[in-house]
Amino acid sequence: MQELTVNGRIVAIDVEPEMPLLWVLRDHLNLTGTKYACGISVCGTCTVLVNGEAVRSCMLPVASVLGKKVVTIEGLSKDGLHRIQKAWIEHQVPQCGFCQTGMIMSAAALLAKNPNPSDADIDATITNLCRCGTYARVRKAIHALAEAPATSATAQRG
Amino acid sequence: MTVAISRREFLKVSAALGGGLVLEFSFPVASAAAGAASATEVNAWIVIHPDDRVVVRIARSEMGQGTYTALAQLVAEELDCDWTKVSAEFASPNEHIKRNRIWGSMSTGGSQGVRSSQDYVRKAGASAREMLIMAAAARWKVPASACTVENGVISHEPTKRKLRYGQVATEAAKLAPPREVKLRDPKDWKIAGKSLRRLDIPDKVLGKPVFGVDVTLPGMLHASIAQCPVFGGKVKRIDASVAEKMRGVKKVVREENFVAVVADSWWRANEALKKMPIDWDVGGNGNASNETITAMLREGLGDPKLPQARKLGDTDAAFAAATKVIEAEYQSPYLNHATMEPQTCTAWLKPEGFLEVWTSTQNAEASMAAAAEAAGLPLEKVEVHKMMLGGGFGRRGGPQDFVAQGVAIAKAMPGVPLKMMWSREEDMQHGFYRPASIVHMKAGLDAKGNVIAMQTRIACPSILKVLLPQALNQGGIDFTAVRSFSDMPYTVPNQQVDYAMRNGHVPVGFWRAPGQQNAFYRECFIDELAVAAGKDPIEYRLAMLKADDKNRLVLEAAAKAASWGTSLPPGVHRGVAIADGFGSFTAMVAEVSVSAKGDLKVRRIVVAIDSGHVVNPDTCRAQAEGNVVFGLGSILYQENNVKDGRIVESNFHNFRLPRIDEMPKVETVLVPTGGFWGGHGEPAILPLAPAVCNAIFAATGKRIRALPLTHHDLRRA
Repeated sequence: MQELTVNGRIVAIDVEPEMPLLWVLRDHLNLTGTKYACGISVCGTCTVLVNGEAVRSCMLPVASVLGKKVVTIEGLSKDGLHRIQKAWIEHQVPQCGFCQTGMIMSAAALLAKNPNPSDADIDATITNLCRCGTYARVRKAIHALAEAPATSATAQRG
Repeated sequence: MTVAISRREFLKVSAALGGGLVLEFSFPVASAAAGAASATEVNAWIVIHPDDRVVVRIARSEMGQGTYTALAQLVAEELDCDWTKVSAEFASPNEHIKRNRIWGSMSTGGSQGVRSSQDYVRKAGASAREMLIMAAAARWKVPASACTVENGVISHEPTKRKLRYGQVATEAAKLAPPREVKLRDPKDWKIAGKSLRRLDIPDKVLGKPVFGVDVTLPGMLHASIAQCPVFGGKVKRIDASVAEKMRGVKKVVREENFVAVVADSWWRANEALKKMPIDWDVGGNGNASNETITAMLREGLGDPKLPQARKLGDTDAAFAAATKVIEAEYQSPYLNHATMEPQTCTAWLKPEGFLEVWTSTQNAEASMAAAAEAAGLPLEKVEVHKMMLGGGFGRRGGPQDFVAQGVAIAKAMPGVPLKMMWSREEDMQHGFYRPASIVHMKAGLDAKGNVIAMQTRIACPSILKVLLPQALNQGGIDFTAVRSFSDMPYTVPNQQVDYAMRNGHVPVGFWRAPGQQNAFYRECFIDELAVAAGKDPIEYRLAMLKADDKNRLVLEAAAKAASWGTSLPPGVHRGVAIADGFGSFTAMVAEVSVSAKGDLKVRRIVVAIDSGHVVNPDTCRAQAEGNVVFGLGSILYQENNVKDGRIVESNFHNFRLPRIDEMPKVETVLVPTGGFWGGHGEPAILPLAPAVCNAIFAATGKRIRALPLTHHDLRRA
């Protein structure tokens, strides 16, 4: 048995150490919000947070994340809707939505490190693939999240 | 009628890791409305709860295009209810069969979702509204004509009495529906026509299990499959000895043309499958290649006896009289749909002889038929639970290969819920591809540069021949192969369009805007003619469009929005194209730059669309953005090559999709002129490739006659 920390809970699993984290999440822990689409770490639909870093879970052996903190889309918010999820609704980002959980996790990691990312920062870090073409709205939603604190600061000064 | 709780199974899945809480997920397919005993089905489309919540049943599929919300808006508009209390659910395909196809078409393709069901869904909303008013009037013992309704509240002004829909729904459901209903004039719309937030987005951003691949059932097993890499091949021999002993593996299923491994997780199933030696009987197609396919299409172009898709005037005489004759040949490769969610089907053959299927389908009735046939059961004994699609683009409509396979595997393990999912490699190499085609165009110009004759010869596999043979016309012409030429709006007096149907062994299918490659050919060729005539490409097109042609309006709107004719920053160049199709009219201006190294940057796309009416403007804009990205990949680098009878590309590393840094600025100008209903799921992809390639010509002087651009050196000569 191995112990894995997912969404703030420690769970016991009994799987091959080489099983990718994605499949532990999806098929053994029933956390299906994290998706499979390529299996070769190209598309990013399987993105989760490991110790706060956005990682692609489809090729990541579960053994390499034991003792680390894994956060999936299901655990992103403590109270229902994370501010990124709210922004995604506000800007009507998803179309089919299949890649969006990975997209949101990538955005969460970016914004945690860089609260006001430039377009170049977004280009460099949001490398998730979306077949529906939500990119312009992803960018807009991230910028809106960056602007929010600045706006309130301005209001306070005024 | 009051819906019984037991009518449909209410499926619940729990997960213990959702942020420390035990979460209960209910599938959107499971009828939340029908699950509550007190909810009333006023008619097949509308269920109303006592607290006024309205559930609209949706017959079409949702693959990102927004139909789920747009149809609910149309129903709610006529029902005149409170939009904040509206939710939607998919109509049950099993009920659909039992009730004599009461929900109309369940097929979702051709940008038809709204435009070809708007009439009956609006009537359903209006009819329910009248029944609710009649019920209130009966309770008050006043004439229905003395009552008014707004936002789900019925009023009798003379006595100042009011009743809410939820209070009269049960009585309303017992009434006969009115014979005729009057639909609202779109100019009076309050719910339709507005950019209301999509109903499906909240669940999607939370990662709730809404897609086919997310289905989880008690005791469910997982399957991964391998099909013969050469299309049409069969399983000759397998050695399951190693695979069967691998951890978690429950069974190896061998069918005529695929092998599946069933295990307790998909990864274990797939790992075991990868280790299983399989000998294939590749049939007669093991030597097929790009070269043999090109030769097949070229032979078609040279066929002297081709059927004609269009014949106007006398092209021979006109060419003889022409001052200048221009010819060009264009071509396109096969293309996979590459839906982000791989093909999937979950099937559960229950002991009582009832089959339940959960799948991401664009055509639930086709899924029902495929499932029933594979299981050997009558349709009444089958239910298909419609899941949200992780992309569709035409892949999940006609071909129901994945449903037949999922059911076949479940049949090998009766009583066990079984979720089959294809690997990406399987998905890339077993598609129903956008046909590869070659087109030869020839135009005759008079002394002023006007086109007096045009002859087009099209060699292209037929999508309809296999997937919808009844739709071929009498001459054996596939309209998806000849579109944009057989219905070309330009007033060229002498036209001939010849069609060579040449079907290779590669399965072809409806890829977003089937036949869209013809718009690329035609609109780039028109650009070539404009250059030859020394004319502005927009003026040149306008001169060939009739005064009342709706293509004019969108062309003028796009030109204006893009400030056509004004100067651009150094190195930026424009291209233009128009196309009509899927009920709408579309024009586009692309702005591109090409670096000294030959790298293309598509900077800005301005697209004008006239779809007659617009139900949700924001969703329509999103579809335009989506069409641009979908088309951009096919311009830049996507192609499916054939070698040794099989598809060469296997995953997103060699079938690339554009990333966020490649997304151009997209400005969508909606110019609905009313009076007709056009689609939005596909029209905007039509003019993309020609607008971009015409801009590339403006930038480099290089004429792109074959895509993708990876085969071209765009550096200035």
